[in-house]
Amino acid sequence: MIIKRITVYPGLNKNGEKEGFEELKIVSGNTVSIVGPTGSGKSSLVNDIEMLTQGDTITGRKIFINGKIPPSSFRQDPSKNPIVLITQHTNFLADLPIDEFLRIHAKARRIAAEGTVERTIYLTNKLTGEKVHEKMRMTSLSGGQTRAMMIADAIVIGQAPIVLLDEIENAGIFKKEAMEMVRTEGKIILFVTHDPVVALLCDIRLVMKNGGIVKVHRTTELEKKARKRIIEQDILLSVVRERVRRGEVLSF
Amino acid sequence: MKLMNFAGPPSAGKTAVIKNIIRKLYPQVKVAYLKIDVVMAFEKEELQRDFADLPIQIVYAGDLCPDHASVMVMKDAIQWAMREGSELLIVESAGLCLRCSPYLNQGLGVIVLSMLGGMNSPLKMGPMVSLADIAVVTKVDLISQAEREVFREKIREVSRSIRIYEVNALQGTGTSRLMTELDGMTDIDVDTLKLKGVPPLGVCTICIGKKDIGWDNHFGVIRKLEGADYLYRGE
Ligand SMILES: Nc1nc2c(ncn2[C@@H]2O[C@H](COP(=O)(O)OP(=O)(O)OP(=O)(O)O)[C@@H](O)[C@H]2O)c(=O)[nH]1
Ligand SMILES: Nc1ncnc2c1ncn2[C@@H]1O[C@H](COP(=O)(O)OP(=O)(O)OP(=O)(O)O)[C@@H](O)[C@H]1O
Ligand SMILES: [Mg+2]
Ligand SMILES: [Mg+2]
Ligand SMILES: [Zn+2]
Repeated sequence: MIIKRITVYPGLNKNGEKEGFEELKIVSGNTVSIVGPTGSGKSSLVNDIEMLTQGDTITGRKIFINGKIPPSSFRQDPSKNPIVLITQHTNFLADLPIDEFLRIHAKARRIAAEGTVERTIYLTNKLTGEKVHEKMRMTSLSGGQTRAMMIADAIVIGQAPIVLLDEIENAGIFKKEAMEMVRTEGKIILFVTHDPVVALLCDIRLVMKNGGIVKVHRTTELEKKARKRIIEQDILLSVVRERVRRGEVLSF
Repeated sequence: MKLMNFAGPPSAGKTAVIKNIIRKLYPQVKVAYLKIDVVMAFEKEELQRDFADLPIQIVYAGDLCPDHASVMVMKDAIQWAMREGSELLIVESAGLCLRCSPYLNQGLGVIVLSMLGGMNSPLKMGPMVSLADIAVVTKVDLISQAEREVFREKIREVSRSIRIYEVNALQGTGTSRLMTELDGMTDIDVDTLKLKGVPPLGVCTICIGKKDIGWDNHFGVIRKLEGADYLYRGE
């Protein structure tokens, strides 16, 4: 099925009040950021979308795909699931070696391409400082390595038209590289983020408070202009961060 | 009356899942609940806190395999639940021996599993997984989407036809999809109820493969549901 749009129908916030919108349409090609204080319900929103909930989560939201209730096969068969979710978790609990885990995941998503496992590990290592190798156990990965692997797995094995990323900037992975890897034409991408740069790079910004969406904001022209300057400063900061991490002494 | 048989390793989340199901039905639909455990069970207090008038029975299997115990008490339990006027009987078994399974040829057999028990745990549980109609995977809130999908694949290795549902049983997320299983269920016929699987070799009439349920069809095991603290004690 070709994914044209997701529609979110409002649920209730933590006080039991209806969220401040009637229906929220996200069409293919849109990038959306979800911002708000810790505990405001950002993860719950992306989890609702991933679950394709029909009112049976704590929020009571409903999620439609292409204007309809999605078929149950989306949930029953990972190879038909149009959504990948990179959760906020910073460690795996799967007690398997990396290569075996990836091989089974590729089988579940019916990705038969030669070299899938190798390519996932290669991409993981582009995003992480210390390299991982195929015989390491999933449970031994660090927080940053875990998140790098989740992103690489989502790109190579998930290959879905809808990508949900819960705090891409977390745990010190290379944010810019990760965003570039994920952003391909025609996808719907939602970033839960505390990072203003990630937020400004998106077309739409959802502001959350107290468990509900309180504002749907389209990035303004003024914001788009400011974007360039802010990104430059962010790059400067990340260069400094990398140098400090490598143990260099800075002389401004 | 309809029947659901829940099995799964300790602390998999069986009671949590059952609570979510009862919450969707109670008190409009009359539900009765039976727990078969080894030495200790806390379900009575736990369920009564949420569902004050729910008919509840707890039975201890002692040194007998809890699944064997369930075979023995099942007929009593069904009669008890029918006397209570129940429309649905939910049986939770501690299912510890991993060589047999409590599922019957009627009603719904449900295995409850979580990945926290290990990625390969479905492969180690034999008929408890392979003979179940559906698998409910709990604690998905604690794992990534990729891990969920790999765990699903592990369950599929044991049973191609099993229907898999993923839930966060703490918040009840995913229960609605699970409830669709109840729609297609038919009433049980007590006279033709039989065990689905062949129990392993052993010493009692269940152990030698007799599939009939109820006391009148077996010997070697001793007490009745009523007033039984322990159904059987070894030397
Ligand atoms: N995070 C999380 N915890 C869960 C979930 N389901 C159950 N739990 C917790 O796991 C523990 C065991 O759950 P129970 O429902 O008592 O498990 P059980 O299978 O009935 O256990 P026994 O009857 O003792 O064998 C409890 O502390 C539950 O709160 C879930 O989906 N997510
Ligand atoms: N609409 C709602 N109604 C009731 N509870 C809610 C609602 N939305 C979220 N919650 C609850 O609030 C808590 C925090 O939500 P969540 O984890 O989604 O926050 P977050 O914005 O992702 O926080 P963080 O930035 O720390 O990751 C959770 O326990 C969640 O179940
Ligand atoms: Mg969060
Ligand atoms: Mg229990
Ligand atoms: Zn047994």
